[in-house]
Amino acid sequence: MKDALDLLQRFSGHPDSRCWYVAWDPEGALLASCGGDRAVRIWGKEGESWVCKSALSDGHQRTVRKVAWSPCGTYLASASFDATTCIWKKKEDDFECLTVLEGHENEVKCVAWAPSGSQLATCSRDKSVWIWEVDEEDEYECVSVVNAHTQDVKHVVWHPTRELLASASYDNNVCIYKEEDDDWERRATLEGHTSTVWSLAFDPSGQRLASCSDDRTVKIWKESGPHEGDASDAWKCVCTLSGFHGRTIYDISWCRLTGAMVTACGDDGIRVFKEEVTSDPDQPLFSMSVHVAKAHSQDVNCVAWNPKEPGLLASCSDDGEIAIWSYKSEDV
Amino acid sequence: MSGGTRLENANPLVFQRSGERLLTATDEDENVADPIDDREIFDILIRTVLSQSINDPEHPLSLEELNVVEQLRVNVNDQDSTVAVEFTPTIPHCSMATLIGLSIKVKLLRSLPGRFKIDVHITPGTHASEDAVNKQLADKERVAAALENSQLLEVVNQCLSSRAISGE
Repeated sequence: MKDALDLLQRFSGHPDSRCWYVAWDPEGALLASCGGDRAVRIWGKEGESWVCKSALSDGHQRTVRKVAWSPCGTYLASASFDATTCIWKKKEDDFECLTVLEGHENEVKCVAWAPSGSQLATCSRDKSVWIWEVDEEDEYECVSVVNAHTQDVKHVVWHPTRELLASASYDNNVCIYKEEDDDWERRATLEGHTSTVWSLAFDPSGQRLASCSDDRTVKIWKESGPHEGDASDAWKCVCTLSGFHGRTIYDISWCRLTGAMVTACGDDGIRVFKEEVTSDPDQPLFSMSVHVAKAHSQDVNCVAWNPKEPGLLASCSDDGEIAIWSYKSEDV
Repeated sequence: MSGGTRLENANPLVFQRSGERLLTATDEDENVADPIDDREIFDILIRTVLSQSINDPEHPLSLEELNVVEQLRVNVNDQDSTVAVEFTPTIPHCSMATLIGLSIKVKLLRSLPGRFKIDVHITPGTHASEDAVNKQLADKERVAAALENSQLLEVVNQCLSSRAISGE
């Protein structure tokens, strides 16, 4: 392993609490974080160091589990254990709460913006996935509620280019959804993990989906076209990465710029995987190019590649800290 | 959860308590770093008393007296920062199993430095819903959400009311 992950900076994002998630804005200039202290914070670089630009602390009554930027970078959505999702609008350097999306019965676990910016998906411990539409007047309307899972839904992610949504659940499965006649429907169920699936990431082209799980494996799924005479789509597992992780894998991020895949693990480690260039698309091979064993002093909850700067990575942990890393590879 | 008045297991077997930990010369030497060991974690847990929900609130029994926690089912590795505890519900259909496991987990989370990875499981073969309970206890997101529920937190805190081991 000649590649390296160098620590650029480490700072306390959510002191005396847990930092659950970090998300880069589309320009890669701002980093939003959220945590057990019920706060959302926005970080920006000043000189060589990262400083808190704003704190959004009056939106939620309980843990803020995830945050997501709209594709235009003007809006930020925050999903909370208080069963609501807040939509924040950026006004110069500050953020104001535009609206609160209510409807889930209990903890909202994730929120994700569609690439078009006109749709939003949320998921919850109430086992449902909700799809919301946004109009020009910033009005949000729920257009579909899908109950495809039998347990909590942990994560939702949109396809990078197509109108396709994927969800991960405590029921060990991944579901794929598409819009059919103004309604969202499950098109496929990806079965294979033997415990909770915590997170998902599409590859840069959107042809493959990576899932990470409490079963300590990463699986790569590829769409193999619709079944003959069947309304469902077929996705098959083309690769399983096992034996690398010591505990639950909480998050996975696939870099649009470099193609490198990174995981956040409950064993405090961060691992970067590279795909072998010669491999067959139906039998891809990945090798671990970097392993930082003690990346944080506690569980790593999230990893996020910067969308503009190749190799720039943000991570966060149960210790409340956020770390910024630079990934250097021989062939990046 | 069912109400606290009807007891599921009104006459549990009561087990002998183990003796006090014997101090060694190095235990009292402030210059020697004492690693956290099985007995220390066991001592933390056996001071934990299951009051109200499981037994007579006037005379609560400890986890040790109910044989829910035994020292041999506590495994600590200070160097690797891991603690694994297996607990044994008093009866195989005990509806309190998740609550007991959650209480043990919370007790350990509060007692140990953050570097420790804490795994709490049901002793294999001792509960009808073993896998489901183990999975819930291992899901830190669910545990975090449960502990933000003030009613549930109160029940956990009641379970965790301690009493002195000696001099009752």
